[in-house]
Parts: sequence; C-alpha cells; structure tokens
Amino acid sequence: MILSVEEVSKSFTNHQALDRVSLEVPRGSVYGLLGPNGAGKTTLIRIINHITAPDSGRVFFDGHQLTAADTESIGYLPEERGLYKKMKVGEQALFFARLKGLPKHDAEKRLRGWFEHFGISDWWNKKVNELSKGMAQKIQFIVTVLHEPKLLIFDEPFSGFDPVNAQLLKDEILRLRDLGATIVFSTHNMSSVEEICDRFTLINKSRNILSGSVEEVKRRFALGRYDFTIEGDTTALVPYLIPMVEEHEFSESHNGRTTLSVKLNAGATLRDAITAVNEHSVLLGVAEKLPTMNDIFIQSVTSGSTNQGREQQQ
Amino acid sequence: MSVNKTSIIISREYSERVKKKSFIITTILVPVLMLALSVLPTLIIVFAGGGETKTVAVIDDSGLILQNLTDNEEVRYIAAEGTQEELLSADEIYGLLVIDRNIVKRPSGVKLLTPNASSLAVENNITSQMEKIIETEKLKSYDIDNLDQILDNVKTSVTLQTLRTDENGEEGESQSAAISSAIGTLLNFLLYMFLVLYGSLVMNSIIEEKNNRVLEIVVSSIKPTQLLIGKVIGVGLVAVTQIIIWVAIVLCITTMILPAVMPADIMNEVTALNAGSMDISNSSIDQDMAIALGMFTNVGYVLELVGYLFLFLVGGFLFYASIFAMIGSAVDNIQDASQLQMLGIVPVIIGLVSSMAVIPNPNGLFAIIMSMIPFTSPMVMMARVPFDIPAWQIVVSIVLLYLSIFFMVWIAAKIYRIGIFMYGKKPTVRDLIRWARYK
Repeated sequence: MILSVEEVSKSFTNHQALDRVSLEVPRGSVYGLLGPNGAGKTTLIRIINHITAPDSGRVFFDGHQLTAADTESIGYLPEERGLYKKMKVGEQALFFARLKGLPKHDAEKRLRGWFEHFGISDWWNKKVNELSKGMAQKIQFIVTVLHEPKLLIFDEPFSGFDPVNAQLLKDEILRLRDLGATIVFSTHNMSSVEEICDRFTLINKSRNILSGSVEEVKRRFALGRYDFTIEGDTTALVPYLIPMVEEHEFSESHNGRTTLSVKLNAGATLRDAITAVNEHSVLLGVAEKLPTMNDIFIQSVTSGSTNQGREQQQ
Repeated sequence: MSVNKTSIIISREYSERVKKKSFIITTILVPVLMLALSVLPTLIIVFAGGGETKTVAVIDDSGLILQNLTDNEEVRYIAAEGTQEELLSADEIYGLLVIDRNIVKRPSGVKLLTPNASSLAVENNITSQMEKIIETEKLKSYDIDNLDQILDNVKTSVTLQTLRTDENGEEGESQSAAISSAIGTLLNFLLYMFLVLYGSLVMNSIIEEKNNRVLEIVVSSIKPTQLLIGKVIGVGLVAVTQIIIWVAIVLCITTMILPAVMPADIMNEVTALNAGSMDISNSSIDQDMAIALGMFTNVGYVLELVGYLFLFLVGGFLFYASIFAMIGSAVDNIQDASQLQMLGIVPVIIGLVSSMAVIPNPNGLFAIIMSMIPFTSPMVMMARVPFDIPAWQIVVSIVLLYLSIFFMVWIAAKIYRIGIFMYGKKPTVRDLIRWARYK
C-alpha cells in the first residue's frame, strides 16, 4: 500500500467533513475518490496532502506516518487551481518545481522535456495571462507531475477540460501509472472511473460508504441481471421464463436477434435460466449484465446507510 | 530543507517585484522628484525675479527722498521730467511716484501711479527705502554728534545657540530644533509611506494568491506559515532595497555634490564646525544653514539616522505587515479588504499624528509613552531621534517593538492558516479573533 488512511475524522465549526474514513490505495493503481458535492472529498485530499491536519486518525504514506517532507513525493492538482498571472510560464514552472525540492538545473531540464512533449516549447517566456484556459491547464499538469511523485492526486481533474484535453489527461494518467506512479483522483465523471480506475472509494455524508475494485463492486451490484442473445421466435419461451424472473424485457435488433434482459428471482439460478431458454428458443449467448458506475453511485448515495452494512460484509 | 523552501518564496516575491518597471521607475524618480521639490522654490524665485529692471519716475516735492533712493536690480529711480500724461504713457516708465512736501511729518503722503499691474517687489522696495530715509531724517533733527557711529554700535543681531549637555554637564554638539524637527518630519513621512505602502503590498499579494487559486498548489508544497514568512520577508527586502538606493543617492548628493557646489569658504567653515575646531557663533553664514550643512555633510550623523531608520523601518514593517497579512488572508478580494484595512492604516496614522504632536516637546511624557507602544513607536521614535534623546529609551522601544513582532507574526500565521481556505464570506473582526484562537 502506498497510502493508507485510518479512521480519519475532521470537523469544522458547523459540520463534520469526515467521519472515521479509512481507505487503502495499492501501489501502482489508479484510485477513484467518488462522492456527491460536499461529501468531504476535498477535505480528505487536503489531509493527504498535509495541507490540513485531521482531528483524529492517521495517514500512512509509503509505510510510515505522513510527514511534511512527504509532500515532495506527492503531486497535487487541486480542483480550484491557478497560476501567478504576471509571471512568465517557464519561471513559474521552475518556482513550483523548486518548491517540490527539485534542484534548479534538474528542474529546468525536465521542464524543457515536458514542454517539448506537449509541443509548447515556445510558451516558455509567455506570461500566464496571455495563455488560454486550456493552455494554463497543461502548465498546471506539468507542474503537478514534474518532480516524478510516487503519488499523484488530482481533485476533479476533468472539470473545465475540453474533450481533447480530457482525453490527453486520461492518456497521461495511464502512462504515468505504467511508469510506476499511483494516481488518486476525485471525480463526478463516472465514465472516466470505468475507463481508468482500478479501485475506488465512494464517500457520502462524510463517510466511506463503498470501497473496492471496480470489477468486483460491479459484480456485487449485478444481482442476477443477465442478457441472453436469442435467435428466432421467443414467444414459446415466455411461460417458462416467468416463474424464474422478477423482471424481463425483450429488445429486438434489426438482424433478427433478440436480447432478453432479465433479473432472476431469489430462488432461481443462472443454470435453470439457461436451461429454460436453451430448450425453448435458440440461445446464442449469455452475459452477466454489470451495472454502470453511474447506477452504483446513484443507488448507493440515494439508499443511504444500508450500504454501510454491505461494506462490512465484504 | 524548510528554510530552503522559505528562501524560494522570498526570492520569488523579491525578484518579481524588483524586476517590475514601476519599482525601477519609482526608485529612481522619487529622489529626483524630492530633490526637484526642494530646489524648485529657489528656482522659481530666481527666475521670477529675473525680469527686467523697472524704472520709476519720482516727483519729490520734499526734496529729501529722491537723492537717497538707491537703485537695484529690480527698481531704478529717476527724476520725473515732463507732464504726468507723458510719463505714464511712456513704455520704459513703470510708474510715477509722487511724494508730498511734508512726507517726514505725514508718512502717508506718497502715491504710486502706474498703468501696469502692481508689483509687490516694487512696492516693498519703495516703502522700505523710504522708511529708512525718513527715520534717518527724523534722527537728524535731534542733532546728535557722531550719530552714524552710535547707530552702528547700537545695531545688534542675536544668534541663539542651543548646546546639548551630557550627564557630566559638558557641552556637546550644537543643534537646531528647527532642523531636527524638519528631519523628524521627513523621516516620519518616509516611515508612514513605507509601512502603509509595503504593508498593503503584502496584503494584496496574499489576496491575489487566494483569488487566483494558486494558493492551494503552493501550500501543498510548503507550510502556510512558511509561505507567510517568506512573503513578508520578500516584500520587506524590496522595501530595504529601495531605501538603500535612496540613501545611497542622498549620501552621494550630500557628501560629494554638496561640498562641490557650495562655495569653498562656507564648506571650510562647515568642516571646521564638524571637527569642533570652530564655534558656531563665529560663523559667517546663517546659523541654521551652517548646522544643516554640517549635519548633512557629517557622514557619521547621517549613518546614525539611517541606522535608526533602518531598525524602525524593518521593525515597523514586520509589525504592520503581519496586520495586513491577517486582513489579506481573511478576504477574497481587494474590495472586501478596504474596510478591514483600516485596522492597519488607522494606527499608522495615529502614530504619524502623535509624532507631529511630540516634535515641539520631544521629551514629554506623551512622547515617551507613544514611542514605546509598538503600534506607534516606529513613527514617534523616529520623530524624536533627531533631538538627541536618552539612548535607553531608543533601546527599550526597539526591544519592545521586536518582541511584539514575534507575537504579531504568530497571530497572523494562525489567522492566515485558516483564512486562506475561507471563501465566499466576508469575515468580521470577530471572525478573525475566533480563528486566532483555533488550536
């Protein structure tokens, strides 16, 4: 584990931002931090970045309790981000790199490399207020990753990015993971979670209500939903199907095939269903129907505390 | 490592400001402007007085005045020839002075007729010359022997010399209250300007970072307290740089240019005064002028003043920068800051006003108290320092100021830590106090 958060609580004058939140981020993973607005994600991220201290609980980084010195091994792109408007791009990037402990010469060499990588070498002497928002985002990204941190934390990285830059960012995140970095990011963008996250934690109302790998949680939330692909007539099948399923739905596609989506009864097994379908129609295939992260998010957040129990089962 | 990071902040704050055009321009322009302002009145007088000599035609019915009027660069007197109309229409005649026959007994019996605008210089010249002539005439009527000699003997000019005595009652250097208060006032305005100007610079820098949202990136690499200290020191160094350049220019002017342009005999006297080999009362030049020249060309004295100025400036800056930093960290934008900014500006103004009040009585109780309170001590003490006050008071004042800085920076850091993450709400003074109390 590169990062372990143990029972961290933090409260402000009027409300509790985090209530005994724990999570574990494996080394080399892309970890999503999900949750509705105001759930406490940014507070947690600030604690991991050693910007604010937790009221109770502990944070371990790379095997030891988090210290101020560890910020040199962490790269952080905050949700609300900015640059010094009147400073030149190159000087500014150097300034941030040196704050992260890079020697000046080293920092400059790496920066030149990154500027070339993004094809923006001619921006070096521009002032920030001459840049567009998208350009500034690239600089912020470079500043975040330049010191080759072991742990990268992005708070809502995709907000405010156009689709081109968002894709660029996704590619870079995966590339950095392949190079050995661990990435934690918070987001509302559920499709990006499915695309790039290995594991995630869902925080709601200051609590960790759901944690795990994306695959495993999806399977857990699948709950007997399957898609059968059937060829030909399906009317003969229906009477046999009804006793086994809670819900069923046929959707015919233009090539003569039909997709039958079902949710099995508590008593019924997949084997029974396959046998029934196979006997009364031409079965081409069957697949477990996994819920989207979006479904899981909405279901978990709206159903409230019941998920707490589910998490403890696991 | 952490000291190193603070130094990165300091160097950014410093180099960003020093490289600015506005800094370079003000640093060079202000001494030039100050110099111009001090020279300007003299220049105006020289140029205004440089007009052509005015000719006044005189009809002297008394027969006493005209032959005793002396010409100078401004006015030339001639006997009137021709009619009044002719005289007044002649271009070369400025005016016609008509003097009554009984002028000695009736001094109001004189008129100046002129088609031109009246001139104060001409009028003063006429009245002062005539007063002397008439006085002399009146004295003559008493018929005293050797009158001129007696008058010369009677003529007296008192030059007061104030000498500061030390503990043993020995006479020290001569000083002039007028010049000390002038220096005190000047130093005071300098301090006021720097405290408010550079204090708000710290505040604006904090607000800018907060407003820009660049702050969160910075504080993920460095502790807020370090950032605050780096910022204050960085801006402080800019102020010090500016002062050093100004002092260098002033020193350059006073120790090199002034002796070069002043007449040699005056400078010899001044050097003798500084060396103590000559008593000021024997000086041939105006006493205040001699003391002023002596002070400014005395490098030791200038350096002493600069030394105190430096200590109070740095101390005052750190003290007030902390206050301005608290304000800056609490608000989101400059507009919101204007009200809270009064917390910083009002005490500086109180200090400025009290320092004006203490100049007439620099060793009074009020002066001593105000020069000990850190809020006002930089200004009030700087106003007192040129008056040669007890050294222990200066030391106590400096120690109190610097001790209170630790306290102020500590509070500022606490407020800063909380305030920089507070957005959207305009905080009150009560909020600030609450934040300062947080663990």
